Amino acid sequence: MAVEAKALHPAVDLGPVVKEMLQAGAITLALTVGLVGIETVESGGTLSFITRFGSVAWAVVLVGLGRGALALVRHRRPMPALAGALVVGVGLAFILLVVPDNSPLVDLIPFRHAVVNWTVVVCAAVVALRAGMAMRSQEAAAVADREQLMDRLGARVQYYSRFIAPVLVLAAVALPFFLERRYVDIGVLVMTYVMLGWGLNIVVGLAGLLDLGYVAFYAVGAYSYALFAHYLGLNFWLCLPIAGMIAASFGILLGFPVLRLRGDYLAIVTLGFGEMIRIILLNWWWFTGGPNGVHDIPRPSFFGLPFNRTPPEGTQSFHTFFGLDFSPTHRVIFTYYLILALALITNAVTLRMRKLPLGRAWEALREDEIACRALGINPTNTKLTAFALGAMFGGFAGSFFATRQGFVSPESFTFIESAVILAIVVLGGMGSQLGVVLAAFLLIGMPELFRELASFRMLAFGAGMVLIMIWRPRGLLAHREPTILLHRTPAGAGP
Amino acid sequence: MTSATDPALRVPSGARPLLSVEHLTMRFGGLVAVHDVSFVAGDGEITGIIGPNGAGKTTVFNCLTGFYKPTVGRLMLDGTRGRFLLEQMEGFRIAQKAGVARTFQNIRLFPGMSVLENLIVAQHNKLMRASGFTVFGLIGLPVYRDAERQAMELARYWLGKVGLVAQADWTAGNLPYGAQRRLEIARAMCTQPVLLCLDEPAAGLNPRESAELNQLLLTIKEEQRIGILLIEHDMSVVMGISDHIVVLDYGRKISDGTPAEVRADPAVIRAYLGEEESESLPPEVARDLGESLRDGA
Repeated sequence: MAVEAKALHPAVDLGPVVKEMLQAGAITLALTVGLVGIETVESGGTLSFITRFGSVAWAVVLVGLGRGALALVRHRRPMPALAGALVVGVGLAFILLVVPDNSPLVDLIPFRHAVVNWTVVVCAAVVALRAGMAMRSQEAAAVADREQLMDRLGARVQYYSRFIAPVLVLAAVALPFFLERRYVDIGVLVMTYVMLGWGLNIVVGLAGLLDLGYVAFYAVGAYSYALFAHYLGLNFWLCLPIAGMIAASFGILLGFPVLRLRGDYLAIVTLGFGEMIRIILLNWWWFTGGPNGVHDIPRPSFFGLPFNRTPPEGTQSFHTFFGLDFSPTHRVIFTYYLILALALITNAVTLRMRKLPLGRAWEALREDEIACRALGINPTNTKLTAFALGAMFGGFAGSFFATRQGFVSPESFTFIESAVILAIVVLGGMGSQLGVVLAAFLLIGMPELFRELASFRMLAFGAGMVLIMIWRPRGLLAHREPTILLHRTPAGAGP
Repeated sequence: MTSATDPALRVPSGARPLLSVEHLTMRFGGLVAVHDVSFVAGDGEITGIIGPNGAGKTTVFNCLTGFYKPTVGRLMLDGTRGRFLLEQMEGFRIAQKAGVARTFQNIRLFPGMSVLENLIVAQHNKLMRASGFTVFGLIGLPVYRDAERQAMELARYWLGKVGLVAQADWTAGNLPYGAQRRLEIARAMCTQPVLLCLDEPAAGLNPRESAELNQLLLTIKEEQRIGILLIEHDMSVVMGISDHIVVLDYGRKISDGTPAEVRADPAVIRAYLGEEESESLPPEVARDLGESLRDGA
């Protein structure tokens, strides 16, 4: 479609546009001819293959057209690109939605899976949007412009976060009353990762120490509670601070050997530390239960009131004490509020720390360690406090995890957990508290909400990560507001 | 020139010695970066350390500020905070306890933090004590708030001195180059040092900025009455403001005295300009020659 439209504007030099289209088509052909063109099918115990070269042809044509449209936008000819994208997008959407199955137009549907077809529609919409934006500004949107726009947006969000944050907190408090149990469960999961992200943000975002083994402290916290409850019968509220302290000591323990390391080397050692903890938990079977984990961890009580249907003789449970009918959602809602409170405490402490000398020293250490030493800042103590505080919050989250699941095993503390938590911090924008919430929702909440997409779920997850890294390489909300101002007017980030 | 009665170990103007460097030697494997350098810097004076590229000036600084442990030598600081043997102290304690502040040849600010924050971080130790090592600060006691307000006043004072009050809330990395140099000096001064060590503060400045810098250093000297140690690559910059100049070449001290004395010293002229006959000689011989010449003078 873009091709016919181009003929109307002979002033544009079509050479480079066509070249780009052909290149994109060739790359698509090379990528898809084997992966899409041939499908193996199992029939009657034998493996054979069928060809889908029709899909390959569609892919080559559509990618080529899309590329051509983008090239036209860049050459300040958005009109034909907009027209072409609208024709493709609206046309395909029309066929997919309205046209009956027996119509000959159905042959124009390029791919077999609805999700893939809708992806084409979305891509066409994105191209149309960019062409439309380029038409409005009469300027091709340069990459630097977009970067600046996003930076300004990040700064704006950061500035208004003092208004956004209370609204979000209120929404989070109200959430369990409006949503069904499944969504509250997802909320608990997302909140756990928000808390872990905030904890790791102290180490990675503020102090700039790349920690790939954060899950170790999560595990230490979880096992501390599990084992104290199992062997000594201590309750959750007593174990929570103990678990935090034990995790903090482990943070210092890890901190000492890695004080001199930076960057890649630090990452490798912390990664090793994370694996060590997991393997110790796995092999110390006579104490930790090994791969079987620890069972029957007591559930949290509402300040001593358990959430049992039938409390033991002479005691009260939550619903009898408050005169309510028994409902299993009470416990879910309570765990939700518990993690919400823990996460908010983490956030409050982090925000406060940023305005204290220690927090400023963390950030200074991230910026330049040598300058810190020249100013008389003790780098050892400063780093260790960051490790300890980050680990403590990891330990709290771990205890919560243990009491929520009622069961812990080394399975839950693999490297991939560390990677996800780190991804939340990096994706959100290092050091940005609101960014962590957004990233945790995108990374944890979205895949949970869209379980219906089945196998496309992880594909979409990966694609989303790639897109964010292209558009916002420094994280979604990477903008730092000064912790102290001389002049009352904000947003003086320089020229 | 290594005896204890060496005339090098006195301040030419007769001022009270603040820092005495005795027999400082720094070896890196087989390379001798600084060889048996001794000098004294007076209190309330600007002492310039000059020399051609690779003369060992920055190495002397790194030994003084604890970034290197000297192979041999004693570095004694005798200031208002007490007497300290710097060679025995851990790097950050030299700044924290003895009160030696420094700037760097290639500026080392905290570029992502604001200008004001840079100056507040410089007052870290004072504020840490005031915040009860974070405990009081975390629960919001007024004692910390007062300390922070005082820290801000000190920062504002130095911002005024270096002309950056209007840019106080900018991100430090966005400042122009000359302003970054001035901010680094202000940051060092916010630690309230007894000795300020500046490593080529005029590098990369235009003549006007350079003159302003000289004025700033003279003001600091007059108002704060602290010792300033100044490395300069360019002799002409340092001649105007220094009270005392030490010249290094190939890791050795080749001259020491008032600017006038140093300017007239043939060894210095040779080190900077070179001489017809000495150019073909190996450095050892040329240096021996230089020493004999100076002894004669």
